[in-house]
Amino acid sequence: MSLTDEERRELEELLPHYPDRRAAADSALRALQRRRRWLSDESLADLGEFLGMSVAELDSLATFANMLFRQPVGRHVVLLCDSFACWSLGYDGLRAEVEARLGVATGGTTPDGRFTLLPIVCLGACDRGPAMMVDADLHGPVAPGGVGAILEDYA
Amino acid sequence: MSARGPNGSAHRPGAPDTTGWERPMSRAMRADGAPATLEDYVAAGGYEGLRRALGELKPEDVTKAVKDSGLRGRGGAGYSTGGKWSTMPLGPDAPHPKYVVCNGDEMEPGSFKDRYLLSRNPHLLIEGMLVAAYAVQADAGYIFLRAQYDEPYANVERALAEAAAAGYLGEHILGTDWSFELFLHESVGRYICGEASAMLNALESQRPNPRARPPHMTGAGLYARPTVVNNVETFCAVPSIVRNGADWWKGLSITAEGGTKIYGVAGRVQRPGCVELPMGTSMRELIEVHAGGMQPGFELRAVSPGGASTAFVPAGQIDVPMDFTAMATVQSRMGTGTMVLLDDHTCPIGMTLNMLQFFAQESCGWCTPCREGLQWTAHLLHGIEEGRGTLEDLDLLAEHVWFMGADKTFCDLAPGAMQPLEAALRLFRDDFVAHIDSGRCPYAPEETAAAEAAPAPAGETP
Ligand SMILES: Cc1cc2nc3c(=O)[nH]c(=O)nc-3n(C[C@H](O)[C@H](O)[C@H](O)COP(=O)(O)O)c2cc1C
Ligand code: SF4
Repeated sequence: MSLTDEERRELEELLPHYPDRRAAADSALRALQRRRRWLSDESLADLGEFLGMSVAELDSLATFANMLFRQPVGRHVVLLCDSFACWSLGYDGLRAEVEARLGVATGGTTPDGRFTLLPIVCLGACDRGPAMMVDADLHGPVAPGGVGAILEDYA
Repeated sequence: MSARGPNGSAHRPGAPDTTGWERPMSRAMRADGAPATLEDYVAAGGYEGLRRALGELKPEDVTKAVKDSGLRGRGGAGYSTGGKWSTMPLGPDAPHPKYVVCNGDEMEPGSFKDRYLLSRNPHLLIEGMLVAAYAVQADAGYIFLRAQYDEPYANVERALAEAAAAGYLGEHILGTDWSFELFLHESVGRYICGEASAMLNALESQRPNPRARPPHMTGAGLYARPTVVNNVETFCAVPSIVRNGADWWKGLSITAEGGTKIYGVAGRVQRPGCVELPMGTSMRELIEVHAGGMQPGFELRAVSPGGASTAFVPAGQIDVPMDFTAMATVQSRMGTGTMVLLDDHTCPIGMTLNMLQFFAQESCGWCTPCREGLQWTAHLLHGIEEGRGTLEDLDLLAEHVWFMGADKTFCDLAPGAMQPLEAALRLFRDDFVAHIDSGRCPYAPEETAAAEAAPAPAGETP
């Protein structure tokens, strides 16, 4: 695999934000993940070539970050806030409901590849707890029984 | 405790009618909750601070005004903002480029004020950063936002485009010979990226471990260039100070610290949320008046005043004013000033365990006491919460509080983690003993006690 023209164009637009190519690595990883959903070894190799960095360097960045995925994820990523605020406002029940709905434990991906369920540190939405995100959308407070209606919107 | 200016004590501890109070950081916010547009912002006096700075003040005068206002950083530690800026090299011999960086990481559990400002008033941050950049004569700036702030990101992105089109950003700002570029950067994650020096590493796409100090960032920061790092709310306080003067700002508060503060209340209250109020508003007023009091059936036990790294304050002490100085008198800190309530249905040990599991998971692993010690405290707390604890465990926990206290680790993550634990050992001793004596969590329903005793173990990304 190599970068498509479109991918290359998007990455090139990032470069002027940073003094050198290497400094753009985090943003480049994020941008490529948006297009490819997760970062395979091939994706790191493609980026390495573009940025002039080794796969190992990029891997050390990717494995430190909690929002760069080195394994396949579903079409939609569900993030469940497990902070103490949401915990005190019904996290346990919300988590049980989401897991039952999806039929996977936290950390898992549904067999149809539609959803991946992940824990996330505080979403900065303590006044809306218990809170969760699906892709870029914040949902909260999620009432008991409210998960189904939320997930329906993500095909 | 003299109340000066329009935000007077006549209203206290009274009704939530705050009409007529000065709220410089919320002025431009729309009633419908949508982000203020450039038009909204300018109609509410926006960019006048920048105009005044560029038109009437020398860079060092701007810094002086901010210093005289007494503004202290809103990221949690409360450094003097003007004091920090005045250590930036200035004048013809100063090295360039210089940078201004906004810390919008906001990943500490229980912190939710920057989201509020970014969601409702993005131009205020941009103006604050511009004024700061002019004061220290910076060439470029970055707004570092955590991952997951997709909506705030989109708002700031839109506001940046509006500001650039209107001539507030870029080359020859407002027709002067000063130019400044501002970039938006989205983090790839981890709480440690909020520690200012780790954040600079993250911005450079280096592994985000904290950096050794000295050198200070104002000497050698981003790409080893002079750099000012401030919190979102700190920058947001700046425009009105420059526009109206230091004395005006000082007159807005109840206590001596000056100005207003974005406070927040979350937990079992009637109206959780954020609100801008005079600095020094008491916890009680925040909870009982502005958040509408507790929900029926719930009683307040303690407050986590401003993020998971601040010590619990017991319900009996909530008359304390929320400012940097007063919070120390109740053995805590204001932190971010957004509080989360511990109610009487929630296990205090479970809550403390949740916090410590967070810190253990987010330790960057650079230094041994934090990397090993946090895991161990979380492990001990987990055992106690599940009914396997002993009284000796409490001594071990207290030892760790000392062991990871101030200045024993490379950065402040571990000492921060020890603050709620220290407070829990001091305030919830009876609860610890009840867990140990009965061999179970008294807050968990009988049959499922073990299964529900603890929040989920920290998960990994796939
Ligand atoms: C582990 C850790 C996390 C932090 N996270 C944040 C954060 O998310 N936002 C923030 O403004 N400051 C955070 N800080 C404080 C910053 O290091 C720094 O003091 C602050 O950004 C300075 O801005 P201020 O002077 O305007 O408060 C954190 C500190 C530590 C030790
Ligand atoms: S105290 Fe913890 S987070 Fe800070 S440098 Fe040490 S290991 Fe990293």
